[in-house]
Amino acid sequence: MNSSAVQERQSVERKHALTLLREMIRIRRFEEKCAELYSAGKIQGFLHLYIGEEAVAVGSLQALTPEDALVSTYREHGHALVRGLPAGAVMAEMYGKANGCCRGRGGSMHLFDVSRRFYGGNAIVGGGLPLAVGLALADKLQARPRVTACIFGDGAVAEGEFHESLNLAALWKLPVLFVCENNLYAMGTHLARHQAQTDISRKAAAYGLPGEAVDGMDVLAVEAATRGAVEAVRRGDGPYLLEARTYRFRAHSMYDAELYRSKEEVEHWKERDPITNFVARLRAGGLLSDLDLTEVETVVAAEIADAVAFAESGPWEPVEDLLKDVYTLVT
Amino acid sequence: MTQMTYREAVRAGLREALQSDPRVILMGEDVGRYGGGFACSKGLLEEFGPERVRDTPLSESTFVGAGIGAALGGLRPIVEVMTVNFSLLALDQIVNNAATLRHMSGGQMSVPLVVRMATGAGRRVAAQHSNSFEGWYAHIPGIKVLTPATVRDARFMLAAALREPDPVFVFEHTMLYPVPGEVDEQAGPVDINRAAVRRAGKDVSLITYGGSLCKALQAAERLAADGIEAEVVDLRVLRPLDTSTVLELVARTHRAVVIDEGWRTGSFAAEISARIMEGGFYDLDGPVERVCSAEVPIPYAGHLEDAALPQVETIANTVREMFSHHG
Repeated sequence: MNSSAVQERQSVERKHALTLLREMIRIRRFEEKCAELYSAGKIQGFLHLYIGEEAVAVGSLQALTPEDALVSTYREHGHALVRGLPAGAVMAEMYGKANGCCRGRGGSMHLFDVSRRFYGGNAIVGGGLPLAVGLALADKLQARPRVTACIFGDGAVAEGEFHESLNLAALWKLPVLFVCENNLYAMGTHLARHQAQTDISRKAAAYGLPGEAVDGMDVLAVEAATRGAVEAVRRGDGPYLLEARTYRFRAHSMYDAELYRSKEEVEHWKERDPITNFVARLRAGGLLSDLDLTEVETVVAAEIADAVAFAESGPWEPVEDLLKDVYTLVT
Repeated sequence: MTQMTYREAVRAGLREALQSDPRVILMGEDVGRYGGGFACSKGLLEEFGPERVRDTPLSESTFVGAGIGAALGGLRPIVEVMTVNFSLLALDQIVNNAATLRHMSGGQMSVPLVVRMATGAGRRVAAQHSNSFEGWYAHIPGIKVLTPATVRDARFMLAAALREPDPVFVFEHTMLYPVPGEVDEQAGPVDINRAAVRRAGKDVSLITYGGSLCKALQAAERLAADGIEAEVVDLRVLRPLDTSTVLELVARTHRAVVIDEGWRTGSFAAEISARIMEGGFYDLDGPVERVCSAEVPIPYAGHLEDAALPQVETIANTVREMFSHHG
């Protein structure tokens, strides 16, 4: 390879690396703002923060095209942002405003954007998996070369729908990428306290689909593994289970006193922070300068400030429209 | 007019749906090779192939959920849950997904899904196979609930259900499958918004649906012999409920008996009774009466099962009592 080709490759790599970094920082800063706004009473109900798990959303979603579908969980702010939902529409939804992505009907746990094929925001653990199977069935029967990615947590692995959905997707050879975000805790119950077999990726074998575990704190590893998995799914090989091993740094929700894990454990995992480690790696490789990082932070801060302003200035859905969209209006 | 059984009518409706729209698929337990738990889909696999007539594993939650996903993906799935008893395993998908997705997404999507299931008691199959939960389902905003009680409705309600943009649940009473009737094949779709008067009568309105309709009609015959002219109203649609028709009819007869195979406590009959009280209280000559199932898990032994369910004679006696007390 000649030197200009090397330079070009480095430039592409640098650009991509900066994108990954920016996306992770977007999620982190967005959620830090959410926590603040929750304390201020602007955001109500449940708020489940993704902080610590950013590498999974950012790495895995790189492998999807806009035509692919994504079905997610109730800890989905990160997935929504990476999928391209405007931060303002997501923030306004958390405010419960009419300019939110679901007009204030869904809130933090139920973000949807059909135009981006983002099908929730599913707050019943395991409930999204059958939807993903059905979306993929529709693609297969209509000969569309799409993939449906379905993200769920380690808690969902205990639900019957996990087992039923892996089986059905494999039986019908459907294009589903199952991504388990294993953050070790089903709310407050450690994986070892609810699973006899704690290696989630191995469960795939029972249903005849490939299963693979990846370091969920390493954005590049997640991206590489997902690209491989999506390629197999898109080729028509049937579904694939990817287990991303990660950790949530914050409490399960805003009401959680975290009695079930030690501070030492949390601190230990924070040493593997996907953002700080990626920053260190990029710096060591000469791909990131202080100026780059400042620029990323500045751009992200501006986006979040705009999102908050958008939410603050948004109107409330009129109470007269309470019953709207329970059924489809047939004209 | 064509003579056919309720089962054949359901099958003809399914065949027509699969023929007329390539987006329609049928899936559920044993709908393919077995021909359906109640033989409603017999022959359809051979006619339409395994892509469109799909046997599923015994995974109610997932194949109902997959039906929701497939509907979001542009298909028009008909999901058969063999019986309402098994639908409890899919309740989460029904209540938390099918019914909510449109509203919760701020109107971004519709779920054009039809779920059919057999319901009701009378086959000596005991408590776990004899539930009548259509009234529960009617509690849920976001879905529609149909209860075809006649062969004609069994033949044509499906086409109407498939035209709905939202999830429709169709409850077919198991005792009706062998019942014969006449169908005008040219008649086309039926109205799935309105209740129907199945027998005219000026003295009392017998309000019912599904498997209890034929019992109410027989009771009306017996009452006619006693000189009481009973009107029989088939609700047909439990959600959205055609309250105005019920109130109009009761305003003319001034008396109402609601017959419902659900248990009395929290029954759909209670809802009907409450609506009459709210909207037609001053039209009544006496309290609304209810004939429901006894508050017991449906027993196996025939004489006990019969005693647990609304029967022709209990319906007739309830009306006779009404007239002896208040007439």
